[in-house]
Amino acid sequence: MPAVPHIGQAKIVRETGPEPESRPRLRRDRLTWGRPRRPPVIVWLPALVISLGMLVPLVYLVIRAMDARTGLWPILFRVRTAEVMANTIFLAGSVAVGSASLAVPLAWLTTRTDLPGRRAWSVVVVLPLVIPSYVGAMTVVAALGPRGMLQGALEPLGVQRLPELYGFFGAWLTLTLFTYPYVYLGTRAALRGIDPAIEEAARSLGIGPWQTFFTCLLPQLRPAVVAGALLAALYAVSDFGVVTLLRFDVFTRVIYVQYRSSFDRSQAAAMALLLVLLALVVLVAESRARGRAAYYRIGGGASRHPRLVRLGRWRWLAGAYCLVVLGLALALPVGVLTYWLLHGVSGGEGLGGLGAATLHSIGISIVAAAAAVLAAMPVAWLAVRYAGRMARMLERLTYLGYALPGIVVALAFVFLGANYLTPLYQTLPLLVLAYVVRFLPQAVGSARAALLQVSPRLEEASRNLGRSTFGTAARITVPLSWPGIGAGAALVFLTVMKELPLTLLLRPTEWETLATTVWNASGGGAYGKAAAPALLLIVVAAVPTLLLDARWSPPRGEG
Amino acid sequence: MRSQWAWMRWREKMLAENPNWDDQMTRRSLVKLASVGAGGIAAASLWARGALAQDPTAEPDPEADPEVEEPTLEPIEGTPVGSAGTLTVYSGRNEAFLGPLVPRLEALTGVDLEVRYGGTAELAAQILEEGENSPAGLYIAQDAGALGELAEEGRLQELPDDILERVDPRFRSPEGLWTGLSGRARVAVYNTDELTEDDMPDSVLDFTDPKWEGKVGWAPENGSFQSFVTALRLLEGDDAAREWLEGMLANGVVPYESNGAITRAVAAGEIEVGLVNHYYLYEVEAEEGEQPIANHFFPGGDPGSLVNVAGAGIVKGTEQEEQALAVIRALLGEDAQEYFATETFEYPLIEGVEPIPDLKPLAEIDSPEIDLSDLSDLEGTLQLLAEVGVI
Repeated sequence: MPAVPHIGQAKIVRETGPEPESRPRLRRDRLTWGRPRRPPVIVWLPALVISLGMLVPLVYLVIRAMDARTGLWPILFRVRTAEVMANTIFLAGSVAVGSASLAVPLAWLTTRTDLPGRRAWSVVVVLPLVIPSYVGAMTVVAALGPRGMLQGALEPLGVQRLPELYGFFGAWLTLTLFTYPYVYLGTRAALRGIDPAIEEAARSLGIGPWQTFFTCLLPQLRPAVVAGALLAALYAVSDFGVVTLLRFDVFTRVIYVQYRSSFDRSQAAAMALLLVLLALVVLVAESRARGRAAYYRIGGGASRHPRLVRLGRWRWLAGAYCLVVLGLALALPVGVLTYWLLHGVSGGEGLGGLGAATLHSIGISIVAAAAAVLAAMPVAWLAVRYAGRMARMLERLTYLGYALPGIVVALAFVFLGANYLTPLYQTLPLLVLAYVVRFLPQAVGSARAALLQVSPRLEEASRNLGRSTFGTAARITVPLSWPGIGAGAALVFLTVMKELPLTLLLRPTEWETLATTVWNASGGGAYGKAAAPALLLIVVAAVPTLLLDARWSPPRGEG
Repeated sequence: MRSQWAWMRWREKMLAENPNWDDQMTRRSLVKLASVGAGGIAAASLWARGALAQDPTAEPDPEADPEVEEPTLEPIEGTPVGSAGTLTVYSGRNEAFLGPLVPRLEALTGVDLEVRYGGTAELAAQILEEGENSPAGLYIAQDAGALGELAEEGRLQELPDDILERVDPRFRSPEGLWTGLSGRARVAVYNTDELTEDDMPDSVLDFTDPKWEGKVGWAPENGSFQSFVTALRLLEGDDAAREWLEGMLANGVVPYESNGAITRAVAAGEIEVGLVNHYYLYEVEAEEGEQPIANHFFPGGDPGSLVNVAGAGIVKGTEQEEQALAVIRALLGEDAQEYFATETFEYPLIEGVEPIPDLKPLAEIDSPEIDLSDLSDLEGTLQLLAEVGVI
């Protein structure tokens, strides 16, 4: 464990769980003072109900796997399954590391430095998140494929074929480019919430900027970075579009093949259960990496905005870094889409008829984001304030829907809806519920990281002054953790906008969204027609990230 | 919006060929709708079959048109769509293909169509999960395999003979549980600047010959390609299929992500030959103008000229059976078949409607003897493709 600085009035408190016996009794008592040992009903009951909702896909998978036509063992224990498992783990791990390495410097540059155009960067670097992975992969192949647009441009220089993009490298690159914003959003929120006093103290004691970053800042960012990297890794595990178009054999691809080619739902379910197992392993690993620390200010004084780091001549290098990342993750897909759009429109494809789909997309995404945040709060609260075995288990449960391929969650809700909730089947409420089950961890992760930065002392003070639990949450906790909660809401909004398998199977018939319109158009191979709704999707999704940014007042130049 | 636009484009095309086409269409619709009102759907479809047997491209002769003189028919006032009920369609065929046809089907049958677009396999899985409670009345699939699977699971309802009889037995379920709606043939598209028809081999198996090294493209992830490999396995055996796949790889076959990409690559001269479906040639030419490409059909029942279908079946236990039957009849009617022929460049499957003129007639294609339902089990094919290292 890195040394904890105790400098002046500001401290980071690292509260560990069960304390070793050797620790002085007094300290333990002081830390738990004033806090009830059991969470109130208003917190644990909703958390329990929500976590049970997460079991829907799991129960469905077990039911399906049980009625296998042939034995499952030969499938589960063949060499190819092991190979696919290894591929999946390798890809998920690489994407987690890759996206964290891309995102942490970006987050630091856009919140803490005088990077030219910092405010603009901080908005646009989030946008790759909204590019549906199937569209992203399509554009990456079109541009960087062995005989893609780049090769076409290099042809006069004698380049006949670009190096092979297909396989691990292409899948890793594409997934990393479209998932790093998960890490970025959480890290940026954490950076904004961090009390700069420690860094300032460190700097004033003569510690260099790099060392300050690695010893003071990075440990505080750990929960946010790990939570984001976990989302990126699980996204990689559950994504279908990228691994298919870039031809890398992972579980999702095998599961889809089962559905698409042999229509064997039982084998697919068995494979998906293996994926659940894998997700559990990842979650355990994550909880080890995450630590059980709390990051809030104790002692007197109020935290204030940090002073901006002057980059000096490094600013151009930093700007170039942002430019390269954005060029690949945003300009490339948008550019290719625009090319297709112009190509398609010149061929006579119109832009009309997208109004209703746009409204549907925005409406359902807002409702789903709100529902996910409401559902996430009790779970995150429980996990942060009443960290125990039970709370941890409930929080882990919420990640299950996210680790599964969309088609599995979608079919689970088809099964539930058509057979047990018939009046709700193919209505918007059930669709929203399914979105929440699928995307809840995005809201829980951000809310959790944000709550960790709110001192329970403030809540205790509020309680002591006579406010109810609920009132305290509404007046103290939520406003203080707003950047993180808002980031979670924005994440859910963006991912619901582009979600496809659930939307296709569970929406009311003939209720189209931008994502289904993109799918409808690109399914026919008509890239020109897909380009308009895809670009509109990206533009609309930019709005919440802009709003989110506006709510947060920026640090002034001199602090 | 888009579907209306596509309809307009189609109408313009038909009008260019036949100035009276508009009148004929309107009349046909009115005739049909009147019948719906008067005598029920069965009568309507019987009548329509008679009325639609006329060739729309034939020279118009307004004086002699018997439909005009028909005294018992009265046009219906107001909007007739929905007058014959509502039908929920799960369509694995894309909106770009089916969408433009929907208003026509509604006008022809009076049924209000609610179409749910999705992947063919995903929708099949959805129907299976929904079980008895499925809201779907009609299932339209991109390929015969998915229909075969639903049929095997007992989720499709037997179709009446008057529907089945319209389609060649090769292109429908042997048990009468589904029917093909349009056909597509596997071909080798080749670059006419580099090759002539005489250069093309008699069998797709011959592309392992060294003289084709690096000149042939395929799309191994494509469903049609995988159906072809399944057919190859059924016809020649697994070992021969494996040998061919390995031979192709050794011969430097170029993989593409889609049939469209292959066809464009052939047109651009990147490769000389591509293994695709017959209609990509027309799609690419419709978008980019005339190209130096042509389709080669393999003779002698070669697996390389497999003809597969997109089809439809009625979901068992649906309350919308009557509407579903009416819509299938309309899909196998002259209007819809003409649409498949001229807009998606597929093969119409009923007599009296011809494919586009420069396409080799279906009857002349020597497609292999195969029950299309047998192509439903693709797992062995995928395993083979993975083992050989194709996907």
